[in-house]
Parts: sequence; structure tokens; C-alpha cells
Amino acid sequence: MTRPQHQPFRAQPASSAAARAEAQPPAGPPPLAPDAKVDLQAARAESGVEKVLTELDTDLVGMVPVKARIAEIAALLLVDGQRARFGLSGSTPGLHMSFTGSPGTGKTTVALRMAEMLHRLGYSRRGHLVSVTRDDLVGQYVGHTAPKTKDALKRAMGGVLFIDEAYYLFRAENERDYGQEAIEILLQVMEEHRDDLVVIFAGYADRMDQFFAANPGLSSRVAHHIDFPDYSIDELMAIGQLMVAREGYRFAESTLPVLREYLSRRSRQPRFANARSVRNALERARLRHANRLLESGLPVSRDDLMELRPEDFLSSRVFTDPVDGTPAGPATG
Amino acid sequence: MRLTQGAFSFLPDLTDEEITAQVQYALDKGWAVSVEYTDDPHPRNNYWEMWGLPLFDLADAAGIVAEVVACRRAHPEHYVRLNAFDSTLGRQTTALSFLVGRPTVEPGFRLERQETTDRCIRYTLHSYATDRPAGSRYAAP
Repeated sequence: MTRPQHQPFRAQPASSAAARAEAQPPAGPPPLAPDAKVDLQAARAESGVEKVLTELDTDLVGMVPVKARIAEIAALLLVDGQRARFGLSGSTPGLHMSFTGSPGTGKTTVALRMAEMLHRLGYSRRGHLVSVTRDDLVGQYVGHTAPKTKDALKRAMGGVLFIDEAYYLFRAENERDYGQEAIEILLQVMEEHRDDLVVIFAGYADRMDQFFAANPGLSSRVAHHIDFPDYSIDELMAIGQLMVAREGYRFAESTLPVLREYLSRRSRQPRFANARSVRNALERARLRHANRLLESGLPVSRDDLMELRPEDFLSSRVFTDPVDGTPAGPATG
Repeated sequence: MRLTQGAFSFLPDLTDEEITAQVQYALDKGWAVSVEYTDDPHPRNNYWEMWGLPLFDLADAAGIVAEVVACRRAHPEHYVRLNAFDSTLGRQTTALSFLVGRPTVEPGFRLERQETTDRCIRYTLHSYATDRPAGSRYAAP
């Protein structure tokens, strides 16, 4: 019996990425003439990038270098899309990133946004974020690591894989640690499936530097090293305002100087965690606020329920502890 | 003889893009997709070898198609299929199953007759491929 004229499965290119690349040209409209002009501003308006960037600007305080880099990435993806219309094929830009910075500078928040943004910009297909730590990638015994890591990578395909505290993957003191194996698999998949997923490494600046120094191959495959600067007091104040507004509270006029003094004192104490410290301060202020209202024994109005007063902050230990010396007890938040 | 098992089997073989689209459809429905392979194409051979565990919790088809490619590479000249399992209560069954890999040459089946009591005849199918031991049934041409 003769074989019917079917295309055999085997004759296809082995890699799905190659297959996709090959199949793309007939799918789109024919390329534009070489002397045609495209309106970048119109394309920008059409893609909704503007909205994404404005949202980012209003929701997240400060982070000037971070926002600048994100705007650059958005511009690159936009221009790449226009280049494709002329039939100028560039390779997909690798968008693996590393976020470094002090605690509480917004690394995780931006990563969450990044997944959604890359989806809206048309770079990633699904726009979901898979957040993992060492536990999810590194196995307990020989042969356990590879399936675990591959599983996490497969779940992240079409979206973003966010590896928090990535420096834990590599333990220099133990050369039989399975973390090295996880890194090797990560490297391989980051290369092979660069258009299927974006990997974001995050961690504290000094330890991430050591991590990248010990894994030069990894460092060179991460195109975007973004450093998150510490917040200034003004930015922390703005963050505080945003946070209380979101929780349905507000600061009394007289609270603002007290909060500023609180933040400037707290930032000089050990274990200061930027925005996270602001959140903790507000959480404790809410406790004192509730307690104050209850103990006053008076009927309360809507305004009373919303307003955080100076005394809610002034009783904090931050105002009694020495500013630059070691605190009497463990500083909380 | 071209094996026709599962969905799409009377169509030309699916390309990788078409497979990706089908897998994405299954994932969007919330079905868990698994990859299986065999070199015994008998229609009553329900239990094929599993290529790893079923792939749960995936959002995008790229991870599954990568497994299909890996399975074809590790087991050339085998049949490879994808199963999509719908776990919703009341269905709990394979919702979609289709071939994504087949040997170059498929020798087909013969009809076997068995005489039994009272001049009855029983019929059964015999795959030519299974005349050879497992693992060497479909030599590359």
C-alpha cells in the first residue's frame, strides 16, 4: 500500500521556536514597501503602552531609573513591531532581568507589574507570574532537582518566572549543593525558550553581586540589570499617603511633620526596610488609633474613624530609642 | 496502513503550530495534558507508556510541545499521542486524545480467523509490527 500524501510528523523542524518563526511570515500582512512611513506615535497610542506607563507612574512612587528602563523596553518592543511590518526580522530581544536593591524597594511589586505589562505590550503570551524561591527549584536528593526546576519553568512559559532571593540558589561553600544543577537548567531553558518566558532574578544588591560573580554565565545572559534605589524621605511620605488612602484612612494635618520625623529617625536605625517599614509603621499606628478611640469612651464620628493623629505615632519606640546607636531592643520593621 | 486513532486522525498530520493551538485550547478549558508513546498500535492497546507525569498547572502550550518534541527525539519511530483529561465532577474522563507522532512506515494489520466449536469462526486483528520484539518494531527506512 502506498503511503498517502500526508506530511509526516518527523519532517518538521525539531524546535518549536524555529517552527513558530518559520510559520510567522505567511500569517501576517505582506511587508510594507521600503519607502513607506509608519507613524510611531499612532502605533504607541494603539498599543496601550501609554496607559501602562502612566499607571506605573501614578501607582509607584519614585523608582526613576526603574521606570526609565521600563519605558525603554516598551519603546524597543514597539519599534520591533514596526520593523516586523517592513519585514526586518530581528531576533526576539532577550528580556531576562535582575532586580537588585535594599529590602522594601519594590522589587516584587514591579515584577508583578512587569508580567502584566509584557503581556499588554505583546511580548509574552499569557502574562501570568510564577513566583518561586529556592525551595521550588532545588531538590532534596540526586535526580530530584531537574524535574522540579523544569516543572517550574514549564508552568511559567508564556509568562514571567520570578525567582525571589535568587542568591540562595548558589551556595559557594558546598560544591555538592544541587543549586548549581538548577542554575544550569535555568541557563539552558533561558537560551532555548527565550521567546517563551522571561526570567526575573531578584535579591539584595550585595548578595546578588556575589551570586552573579560566582555564575558569570548567568550574568551575561541577563540583559537587564535594574538597580532599585533607596527611597528618599519625601518618597516615603508619598508612599505613606498612598497606603493610608488605600486603607480608607487619612493623616491629620498635624501628623505629617511627626511622620516625617518618624521616618527620618527610623531610616537611620538598623534594619530599615524602606516601604515595608512605612507599612509596618502604619499598621502599628492603626493599632494605637483603634485603642485610643476605644479608651476615650466617647462617641466617634466618621472623621474620627479615619484620621490618624500625631499621638498614634509619637508613642512609638522609634522616638525614644537613640537614633544612631544600637537600639535597646530588636527594632521591629 | 495509516493508523487512525484519536481525534484528527483522518486529517493530514498536524504541524507543530496546529498541535500548539490544540494544546492551548485544552489548557484554556482547564484540562491536564499528558504525553504517551507506544510501538504497539493495536486498537485495544489502551495503556501506552507515559512520557513523564501528566503536565498539571500549565498556562501556556509551549511547555507541552517541548515535551512532545523531546519524546519524539527519545523514541523515534514510535507512536506519540497527547491526552487531555477533564477532571470536572461528572465528566472525569479523557476529553481529547490525538496522535502527534507516528513511524515512517506503518505495516498495518491482518485479519486472523480462529476456528472454534460448531464451525464457528472468531476474528481478531493482528498488527504486523508486533511480530518483531518491542523496541525494534519500526526500523527506520
